[in-house]
Amino acid sequence: MTVNRRTLLGAVATAPVWGALPFRSARAQAANTIRIGVLNDQSGLYRDISGPGSTQAVRLAVQESGITQRGVNVEVVEADHQNRPDVGSTVVRQWIDRDGIDVVVDVPTSSVALAVNTLVREKNKVFINSGAATSDLTGAQCSPNTIHWTYDTYNLAKGTGGAMVRAGGQTWFFITADYAFGHALERDTTAFVTAAGGRVLGGVRTPFPGTTDFSSFLQQAQRSRAQVIGLANAGGDTINSIKQAAEFRITRGGRTKLAGLLVFVTDIHSLGLEVAQGLVLTETFYWDLNDRTRAFTQRVGAMPGNLRPSMVQAGCYSGVLHYLKAVADMGVAAAKASGAEAVNRMKAMPTSDDAFGEGSIRADGRKLHPAYLFEVKTPEESKGAWDYYKLISTIPANEAFRPLNEGGCALVRS
Amino acid sequence: MAEGTIATAGGIAARHEETGLWGFTKPQAVAFLLMLAFVLVSPFFLYPVFLMKVLCFALFACAFNLLIGYVGLLSFGHAAYFGMGAYITGYAAKAWGVPPELAILMGGATGALLGIPFGWLAIRRAGIYFAMITLALAQMVYFFALQAPFTGGEDGIQAIPRGTLFGVFDLTADLTMYWLVAAIFLAGFLLIHRIVHSPFGQVMKAIRDNEPRATSLGYRTDDYKLMAFVLSATLAGIAGGTKALVFNIATLTDVHWAMSGEVVLMSLVGGLGTIFGPVVGAAVIITMQNYLAEFGAWVLVIQGVIFIACVLAFRRGILGEIAHALRVKL
Repeated sequence: MTVNRRTLLGAVATAPVWGALPFRSARAQAANTIRIGVLNDQSGLYRDISGPGSTQAVRLAVQESGITQRGVNVEVVEADHQNRPDVGSTVVRQWIDRDGIDVVVDVPTSSVALAVNTLVREKNKVFINSGAATSDLTGAQCSPNTIHWTYDTYNLAKGTGGAMVRAGGQTWFFITADYAFGHALERDTTAFVTAAGGRVLGGVRTPFPGTTDFSSFLQQAQRSRAQVIGLANAGGDTINSIKQAAEFRITRGGRTKLAGLLVFVTDIHSLGLEVAQGLVLTETFYWDLNDRTRAFTQRVGAMPGNLRPSMVQAGCYSGVLHYLKAVADMGVAAAKASGAEAVNRMKAMPTSDDAFGEGSIRADGRKLHPAYLFEVKTPEESKGAWDYYKLISTIPANEAFRPLNEGGCALVRS
Repeated sequence: MAEGTIATAGGIAARHEETGLWGFTKPQAVAFLLMLAFVLVSPFFLYPVFLMKVLCFALFACAFNLLIGYVGLLSFGHAAYFGMGAYITGYAAKAWGVPPELAILMGGATGALLGIPFGWLAIRRAGIYFAMITLALAQMVYFFALQAPFTGGEDGIQAIPRGTLFGVFDLTADLTMYWLVAAIFLAGFLLIHRIVHSPFGQVMKAIRDNEPRATSLGYRTDDYKLMAFVLSATLAGIAGGTKALVFNIATLTDVHWAMSGEVVLMSLVGGLGTIFGPVVGAAVIITMQNYLAEFGAWVLVIQGVIFIACVLAFRRGILGEIAHALRVKL
């Protein structure tokens, strides 16, 4: 068939028949409706750790909060920010100005998260961030309307850097992506390594973006004879360096360990145990950690693509559950009237859920819970699907995150 | 190209070309009044921030179209001027507390200052080489933005204040900001229209259609190309600066090569070489990005399908096809 103007126009003319497309119905302006907007990456790099799975987790939280039985309606909408701050910012503005969204959830990608952080504060709504890594959200750019739920770069650097030295990784070599994020990760981790009595033997900066061949950097790392090679990079860079390290068999024999500073369980799943075995990493949630996390994983069901929940998705569940508890406590009208008040109420209440156990929220908006240092199992050790991690050590909640007075958050000083 | 047929078919209209207000032909005047009416009325029933985004990108696409549509130079690095305009405007407004009108002008100046050396280098070659040189230079700007401390790396410059215009109008109100953006857009649009219909613009079009002939007539074509390049870069910088104030952010997205691709897409969808085409193209693409955000991953697929459809069947773009069907020049 030739494509010409006539066929295309014909196709467009039949467009109304495509009405099966899920267009959203007009919103009803009910005063006792809480509206939750899940904003994340549905098409790119972070789809697996957040994406539609986060919405699924949020829906479970709504269902389990029991708030709908008290006559409160809860609407959940989702959107793709395409990892672009301007798209994310436009969506959130429209959500708040036009659709009456009360709380924005998830938002991976630091630049988008920081833009949403400013916007939500200006409009006095609630922002529960689960997906972004930047510790600025509870530091220099902290806001009375924002809670940073799941993890941050400081937390990961401390977990992997500090706990790893105590577990025997005394000497380090860094492979660092050459941009602000990589530098920050290397700097923070170095501080924890030296504080715990370890030594950094050296490091190498890899051009970013665009480095696909890490072999020479890995060989440099190997020659340094360091016990731990720290990967201060993210996304595709991390994946590539782990794969190539496996090809060079760097971690076989157990003398050298590879430490990922921003790696998620879904990355391990796509890499496979054959490649990822021996990698050391920090997460704050793992589906197979204990009975409660297994129960949560059971209830939330398989994530899109038949994945198990990531810590980001678990954070969305936990954050929304706690928010709805605060709403039930203070009343829908009060919660809708002021986002800052709702966040204050959330800070005043202890948190408890199956994904993260017992926890609390600090004045600067930092949610506190334990972090865990894991090592990826070998294929022989793994007993079944998604049996990926063995626990090396647990970092208690009061040590897992940056101390309150070190973040430079204005809310703390006042 | 279809230009020839349009020119003969619209021969009668063309005779009136220079007599109308601002050099508009009758159909163009109608189209301009329609656009003006839309710009004036739309904020009362459409979402102003969305409209501001459309207007910023419309100005950006018009600036790009000045180069491709009227001089025939395909720049693949316009994100550099757009993005650096956004960064400098944002930095000036945030760190130095510069008032918004001055900050936006600084964005335009940034575009011009980048455009002079980049244009000077790039116009030495034509066609694919020109496109590649502009892309290479734009990538250098991208890496600069990634590494320079003042841009905030991948976090970008956040929380840029909109400030008060002339110390009188508080721009934090969306509608006030909208009128500023609308004024900037209309001024830029009319400037481009004026450039295109000036004697300078006639030379530009002569270079596009037959450069050796323009040279043989005694024009220093390189000078004209450079001037058009710098004008285009300046307007792109202004568009970027305005966008930075609207959204309070300036990030790597604005300097990324995908942004250069997006502006090509907007011009193609709207209609290359038509004065209103890029405006329509920008509106279509931005509307898709915004209203289809709910469909998640499908946005990019839909965008791709529309692009393919345009290239296969509507090669003149939306406005180009309409103009062709009505036998007028838009």
